[in-house]
Amino acid sequence: MAEAKTQSPPEVDPQTEVMTINIGPHHPATHGVLRLVVDLEGEMVRDLKPVIGYVHTGIEKSCEDKSYWKVIPFVERMDYVSYFFQMEAYCGAVERLVGLEIPPRARYLRTLFLELNRIHSHLVWLGTTALDLGAISMLWYCFRERDKILDLVEMATGQRMHTRYFQVGGVIEDIPLGFEQKLREFIADMPVRVTQYQALLDRNEIFLSRTKGTGIVSRERLLELGVTGPLLRATGEPWDLRKAFDYLAYPEMEFKIPVGTVGDNYDRYRVRLAEIVESVRIIEQALDGLPEGPHIADDRKYVLPPRSELSTSMESLIHHFKLVTEGFRVPPGEVYYSIECPRGELGCFVVADGSSKPARVHFRDPSFVNLQAFRDMAVDSYVADMIASLGMLDPILGGVDR
Amino acid sequence: MPDAPGLELIRGEIEDGHPGAVLDTGFEYEQAVLAVDPGQVLAVLTWLRDAPGQGYRFLSSLHAADYLPAEPRFAVHYELLNRDRVERIRVKALLAGPAAGNAGDAQALPEIDSCVELFPTAEFQEREVFDFFGIVFRGHPNLTRILLPEDYVGWPQRRDFPVGGEPVTFTFNERNYG
Amino acid sequence: MLRGTLEGEELERYVEERVVMTRFDRMLGWARANSMFPLTFGLACCAIEAPISIVTARYDLARFGAEALRASPRQADMIILSGRVSIKMAPIVRRLYDQMLEPKWAISMGACSSSGGMFSNYAVVQGADKFMPIDMHIPGCPPRPEAVLYGFTKLQRKIKGNPDQGWRQRYNAAGTEEWARGGAASQPSREAAEAYEAARELAHA
Repeated sequence: MAEAKTQSPPEVDPQTEVMTINIGPHHPATHGVLRLVVDLEGEMVRDLKPVIGYVHTGIEKSCEDKSYWKVIPFVERMDYVSYFFQMEAYCGAVERLVGLEIPPRARYLRTLFLELNRIHSHLVWLGTTALDLGAISMLWYCFRERDKILDLVEMATGQRMHTRYFQVGGVIEDIPLGFEQKLREFIADMPVRVTQYQALLDRNEIFLSRTKGTGIVSRERLLELGVTGPLLRATGEPWDLRKAFDYLAYPEMEFKIPVGTVGDNYDRYRVRLAEIVESVRIIEQALDGLPEGPHIADDRKYVLPPRSELSTSMESLIHHFKLVTEGFRVPPGEVYYSIECPRGELGCFVVADGSSKPARVHFRDPSFVNLQAFRDMAVDSYVADMIASLGMLDPILGGVDR
Repeated sequence: MPDAPGLELIRGEIEDGHPGAVLDTGFEYEQAVLAVDPGQVLAVLTWLRDAPGQGYRFLSSLHAADYLPAEPRFAVHYELLNRDRVERIRVKALLAGPAAGNAGDAQALPEIDSCVELFPTAEFQEREVFDFFGIVFRGHPNLTRILLPEDYVGWPQRRDFPVGGEPVTFTFNERNYG
Repeated sequence: MLRGTLEGEELERYVEERVVMTRFDRMLGWARANSMFPLTFGLACCAIEAPISIVTARYDLARFGAEALRASPRQADMIILSGRVSIKMAPIVRRLYDQMLEPKWAISMGACSSSGGMFSNYAVVQGADKFMPIDMHIPGCPPRPEAVLYGFTKLQRKIKGNPDQGWRQRYNAAGTEEWARGGAASQPSREAAEAYEAARELAHA
């Protein structure tokens, strides 16, 4: 299915043996516990079967057992690099089921953290993919910036990863003093860093010859396979859910969607780097336009009352008790809500049956669907190109396996 | 999303071509849902994808839900997207549960046609539905377990399957519970 | 210094000041602890914190001697179980651990590999102790890299033969240790043993 090959393969000798080897699940280059059963003929990959499920955690089943707000930490841990996005998909779905409007400040704060997490995810991707391709120093530079992002997240939420920051109705806490200033320092610094990363990789001959022209899949084939995100945008298709559907504060933000031309690994790399720069712009606009107001909705049936009220108002105490012990009830219905994750379309499907626990939570994870394109990327090319394609595919096995 | 009258128009047009296919329409939370008869789901999906005015060519997600104790018990949801008009529509195919219990009895598994020919993206997603619910997709090229070990017995995401888990090996547990 | 410069007493004292006398096993423990070769093994979220984040510049694992991460279990002597161990992955982890050569140590990082974490369900093994011996458990979800480094230094102390007794030392509680494996508490009771036998027969029937 791959349209461009790096080099026309040699004439196939009927005596040539096809060797089936197993890569993973423990392998330094598999970005998690992905197992690949690869049919090799010499160095050319003839067939490829991904075997997944090695980090299957039964999150969707566990969620049926917990009240709605307790599901949030579970759901965060699926795609463990972009944890804010899972929270947003789930909270957004429940808010639609319940009919809860979140206040403008919460919308802007959520957008801000989502874009911060997008930069974080792309930095982790860049560091680990460059590591796979041999450019080992990128790991240290990318993780230096990543640590700065985690410092910011820790300042606002208390935890580096898996912060349970988004709640149904808004965000759990307002940003502290000094956060804005630190964030502005960070976003002033970030575009400079991106140019530094580009200076390291963009004209590196080995990187270019490993990524240019490799792993090409046509746009129609990707659409057939349901692939979204930077992989699709690298082929030139400007499909981005942030622009297509209006959610959170994105309609009020001005940002561009980077697209590629050919759809090879180099385009994917460039698209993601450009997305980091666009995310910085969005964060800046979110900070500039951050409205005053409450950071979480006011509806006491679904949102915990502020603690200061608990000592004065009996009603607040009862609401608090009810919410903490049983949780809120959601009227029966089902909804599918999707957002643009750094890897593509992340959708959350929630079925409510009127009780305080969801009846079904399902996540349409982008890495799971994007993995189907991997075979097309790698077949009829070299093993080394397969490794490059795997890095540029950016699968996160926690999301794949759930 | 096609709005409520638009949805009724779609239902009418499908009924013209395939009578009895659409069982119900729903428009809730600004989402259009078509409940269809599982035997004709391929026809409905083909119509939605290929009919000139429709063009829902992108399958965002294929997933299933277990509505126990309501009957019919299972529903396979197809979340379709028209990227040109930016509209979503959900097709819901309701399947009755097996008469038998939770065992892997091949005769008792609910069946539905696979849409891998129409939407190649459904390959992994149908395998996942099979893995968790035991719903067989007729015509799928490789219907095996994808996320659970191949020799796993049981369909975990059905509502009557227990969440599972065993006690941790603390010495307290070992001493008192063996 | 030439031969004959110092004689007798002075010579003895000179040598004493400059030679470290120790037991061989202490020295071996010191050498092993300060030159660990961790296996590059990451399962889930904790893998982003370790082994990726602790080898980066801020939380440098290299200053403890463990910079050389090895991909092959034959060349590694420490495995950090970072992440939830699912039922499909457990036999593979065990096989990796078996492939490692003695002496080897295992750190179970995070709540999920220590005890199943928040995932008490059909798909996650409730603690890696169920199938392999673990030397150090590090709590957290995910533990901060500093916490992992603290656990790592504790493991180093254990290897050197001077394990940190922790609260037992602070509260004078030596002698309250319980051993999950090998002690009297680890043998199943008679009823439990009979139940296991019956279940085994049922499974094989």
